[in-house]
Amino acid sequence: MFNRILTLLLVSLAFFNVSAHAATPSEPLWPTLKIAYFGDKEIREAANELLVIEAPKRAEDAAIVPITVKSLVAQTADKYIKNIHIVVDNNPEPYSANFHLSPELGLIDISTRMRVDQYTFVRAIAEMNDGSLHMVSRFVKASGGCSAPAGKDAAAALARLGKMQIRMRKPTVGKPVQAQVIVSHPNYNGLQFDQKSRLYIDAHYVKNIAIAYNDKPLLSVDTGISVSEDPSIRFTFTPTEAGALSANVTDSEGQKFAHSKEI
Amino acid sequence: MNKLFHFSFSILLTISTAFACDDYAVKEVSSGIYYHQGVHEEPSESNIGAIANVGFIIGERCVAVIDSGGSYLEGTYLRQAIKNKTDLPICYVINTHVHPDHLFGNAAFKDDSPIFIGHKKLPAAIAAREGFFAKTFKETLGKAYTGTEFISPSQTVSINKPISIDLGNRELTLTAYSTSHTDHDLTVLDNKTKTLWTGDLLFMGRIPVMDGSINGWIKTMTQMQTMDINFLIPGHGEASSDKWQHGLKKQLDYFTLLRDEIRIIIEDLGTIDQASKQVGILEQNSWELFEHYHRRNVTASFVELEWE
Repeated sequence: MFNRILTLLLVSLAFFNVSAHAATPSEPLWPTLKIAYFGDKEIREAANELLVIEAPKRAEDAAIVPITVKSLVAQTADKYIKNIHIVVDNNPEPYSANFHLSPELGLIDISTRMRVDQYTFVRAIAEMNDGSLHMVSRFVKASGGCSAPAGKDAAAALARLGKMQIRMRKPTVGKPVQAQVIVSHPNYNGLQFDQKSRLYIDAHYVKNIAIAYNDKPLLSVDTGISVSEDPSIRFTFTPTEAGALSANVTDSEGQKFAHSKEI
Repeated sequence: MNKLFHFSFSILLTISTAFACDDYAVKEVSSGIYYHQGVHEEPSESNIGAIANVGFIIGERCVAVIDSGGSYLEGTYLRQAIKNKTDLPICYVINTHVHPDHLFGNAAFKDDSPIFIGHKKLPAAIAAREGFFAKTFKETLGKAYTGTEFISPSQTVSINKPISIDLGNRELTLTAYSTSHTDHDLTVLDNKTKTLWTGDLLFMGRIPVMDGSINGWIKTMTQMQTMDINFLIPGHGEASSDKWQHGLKKQLDYFTLLRDEIRIIIEDLGTIDQASKQVGILEQNSWELFEHYHRRNVTASFVELEWE
């Protein structure tokens, strides 16, 4: 899905749009994006009985906008959400994340943090195991003033690159528990201009976070440059026995980071 | 006829922006040190982005500008205000940090060929934000933006290595800070009158904005409490000899409260959403523009404090 040529095409499309219409594109990008990412497949809109997307009405900090997606129907072996695609229409790279989900997750409750620097729709598209697509969306207003999607302290972010945390309450076997995986990473988006060299600083970002319990995959997320610095994934799962929760991270330069926690 | 044309033209100019050059007031804080006090508003075309304190110091040889204005247009007004006070050349333009309200006027001083000075990390901060600022502020500031350029410092100041510049029998000390309001805050002290320009290390009246490190800023504020100075010009709000101590205490208390409450929520595995709804809400009547920046401060602090 993170096809670089397609991405470049879309980035240039987004830029064209920006220059033609100032800060907020007036022409909705979604019809174009839909075809680019999902081809001619039908997407059922306003699938509110299946999914909920939560996002603040206004991006308080353009660099950190929490997005949560919850399912209202439990995963079963027969019928489950296989993927949740996150699209942020007006971001430089609109296709922002792809959550690969296990049928064992029960009810889906996942959150991450995105960069949102202009008025935009944020969409969650659930892809069922039968291939059907179901969408919910929210409109997020841009933040005001000096809030740029840039990092606040690049040196601090680089100094702890690859440091990871798994945070969770003490779980009870058989009961759903919320967990959070965070990896420290600057997530450079490749759109920052170096004044001295007159070149763009290379994109360097987390590409995938794979989370497993006792080596059985729970979820895996393909991430791109829309994800905030220090990517965070929060999710709910139900441990069926004592064991270890592990997270493996791969970034765009092939660096790998891993962390696990006995519970 | 020519006169009449000139007259109607200046009326036109007056109504096209909320305030014209003639209305651009500068106030003398201490001998030879002037500032224009920004309004406590969001930047807009009608306030031409003049929301921060900007100003200048006149020596015997030349003039230093401290923060150049929130738009090219404000920069030209500030420059005119300087020309109204002195014929001496402008030899330095000092930017306390990257934010548009402190830096967008830089291009108005290009013809003076000054030395632009900023924190060692200011060029990187400009590079990281330039594209975003240009895109957003063109729209926010409208006509006032026209002419705005992102001019990086030609001379920089490193942390723990303050520099002195001389304006002719008037020495200024420029100090670079570790990450506080931003990761590149710079202060300017006029040694003669002990007048300190803090940039946005201090906001008075208007809610402070955290774009650096809450822990770093709290540390810096604590150190600032013992400063031996006669006058202080904050980044926003009134300059004074006797009000800033209270302002600094208030700002320190605000961030300390935020940090305490956020730490409890993080400890309890709470979320940013939760924190931004609960933390510090009793502060809302204490600050102007609270609605615009408070939740942002909570959000930015939260992701920093997660790594403690």
